[in-house]
Amino acid sequence: MTKLITDPNLLQPDDFYQELTDLHRDLTPEQSAEINAKLILLLCNHIGDQAVLSEAMLIAKKNLKAA
Amino acid sequence: MLNTYTFPEYDYIRSKDQDAAEPVRHPVIVVGAGPIGMAMALDLALHDVPVVVLDDNNTVSVGSRAVCYAKRFLEIMDRLGIGQRLVDKGVTWNIGKVFFDRDLVYTFNMLPEEHHRRPGFINLQQYYLEEYMVDRIHELGGIDLRWKSKVTQVEQDETGATVTVETPEGSYRMQCDYLIACDGANSQIRSQCGLESKGQIFKDRFLIADVVMDPSNFPPERWFWFNPHFHEGQSTLLHRQADNVWRIDFDLGWDADPEEEKKPENIIPRVRAFLGDEVEFELEWASVYTFTCRRMDNFRLGRIFFAGDAAHQVSPFGARGANSGAQDTDNLAWKLKLVMDGRAPDSLLDTYSDERVYAADENILNSTRSTDFITPKNEISRVFRDATLSLARDYPFARRLVNSGRLSLPAVYTHSSLNTLDQETFVGNMLPGAPSTDAPVSKAGQEGYLLDHLGNQFNGLLFIEGKRDLSQAVLDQLSALYQAKIPLKSYLVCSHQVDLPLPDGVELLVDTLGVVKERFDATAGTFYVLRPDQHVCARMRQLDNNRVAAAIRKATAQ
Repeated sequence: MTKLITDPNLLQPDDFYQELTDLHRDLTPEQSAEINAKLILLLCNHIGDQAVLSEAMLIAKKNLKAA
Repeated sequence: MLNTYTFPEYDYIRSKDQDAAEPVRHPVIVVGAGPIGMAMALDLALHDVPVVVLDDNNTVSVGSRAVCYAKRFLEIMDRLGIGQRLVDKGVTWNIGKVFFDRDLVYTFNMLPEEHHRRPGFINLQQYYLEEYMVDRIHELGGIDLRWKSKVTQVEQDETGATVTVETPEGSYRMQCDYLIACDGANSQIRSQCGLESKGQIFKDRFLIADVVMDPSNFPPERWFWFNPHFHEGQSTLLHRQADNVWRIDFDLGWDADPEEEKKPENIIPRVRAFLGDEVEFELEWASVYTFTCRRMDNFRLGRIFFAGDAAHQVSPFGARGANSGAQDTDNLAWKLKLVMDGRAPDSLLDTYSDERVYAADENILNSTRSTDFITPKNEISRVFRDATLSLARDYPFARRLVNSGRLSLPAVYTHSSLNTLDQETFVGNMLPGAPSTDAPVSKAGQEGYLLDHLGNQFNGLLFIEGKRDLSQAVLDQLSALYQAKIPLKSYLVCSHQVDLPLPDGVELLVDTLGVVKERFDATAGTFYVLRPDQHVCARMRQLDNNRVAAAIRKATAQ
């Protein structure tokens, strides 16, 4: 079973990060939410492995700020 | 309102049971003459079990109510003898369209596979289904259908149940060995027994408007709008039924006032906004509903069984109400018959609840997921929902995530204790627990379908390539299986006609297109055992009577 990769895996991490923040730069929170949702759906489909996705969701849910 | 259909009125007829000094005892009493109660009665009558059916009303369903009947439902109705009539009157559809705002997002086909007798779905108003069932009951005989007979009290002991029945001419009592409660979502029998159906209530209201229109306006397809421009923020469903009646289903949200929304002066503008000013229509029937997804813990309590909405309820998305109810009765009838005849132990009846609770959970899960997609429960769910729809226009992966109601598929009883585990390797869908697929066959030159020949008793399918696979020893084995205490009737499945005298209980089906062989992943010698409800319970690569007999014992809880 494939494990979620949590070691560095991006060749140009700074490029990626800039592109991600640029994507949201001039957007309203609603538009950002829409883009994020689309990104998640596209990427999850690309990964395709439910176990990997579950692991990522679990980590994402950790240490949430109190509501 | 309601001009396209004339409601039959069935006469209350005094039963001689009402004049008996002591309560008369019957083998089976069914409470409720809705689609599920009548399916139960018809199924038992086909097994030669006399049935009394009690209904508190004297006509069929008011309003179109259940509308979509799926392929498996139609196959069960074929076995009960009304499948063709339903298909002839109903509107056959396989195409569904999904819209978002103003745009068509994508189109799907419910039945992409060829070579089945029945389509993915037909749409038909529930009153027609009920009327045809009443007709079939009278045609078949053996069913004592008593109108205006309301069960007001029920009690049971180890040997059976006693009911008190209220009629226009007063009350009387009757006894039965088994009682089957098909008395709907608000089952009185269930509450009389002190039992509950538990689950989730959805905080949402829906308006159903049946309108009559010229059929050239819309094709016979299922059209579903998410967030339509004419009904912002909500959803709308359009379905064609018989007699040029269209069902329009508007999501209204929880705050809508059901009494106000039901008024024609409020419905007509909604429909007008949707259809446009140029389309003429007439309002036929309307109703505002809410729904719950819930079930009973156990569908059996001693001698009392619960089926249909009395046992489990789902949201309407995915058409799993009437469709699953008929699968309940399909499951129960043959088991009851074997136990009543003393050919199977009482514990076989527990498997009715085991298998149908499993199916109910699957149906509840599916319909809850559809409901949550259609009416997102919080802001971020809505964001994901809309993102999915927006991607679905151009990207096929997202279409698979769109959920406006999944195809109502029958449950596969994968984990049932009645299954015999495979000892050899098979691929495909015909695993133990699965309802049999269909395929074209011919018998003695008559073109037909496989499912025409299966059911009401155990069946075997022996796949052969020709005469050389048919030794006398094989025929003797099949003959012995037919002579057993629980007979198994076999069909030889071959690509061509084989001229050989066959013993009683063995017939030949010609697999005209080779589709049966393919769908059952069969090779020469492969043998399948099917239950009287057409579900596979065992399979093997070579016929072995010891294994078949063991499989039948297992399938009958022995």
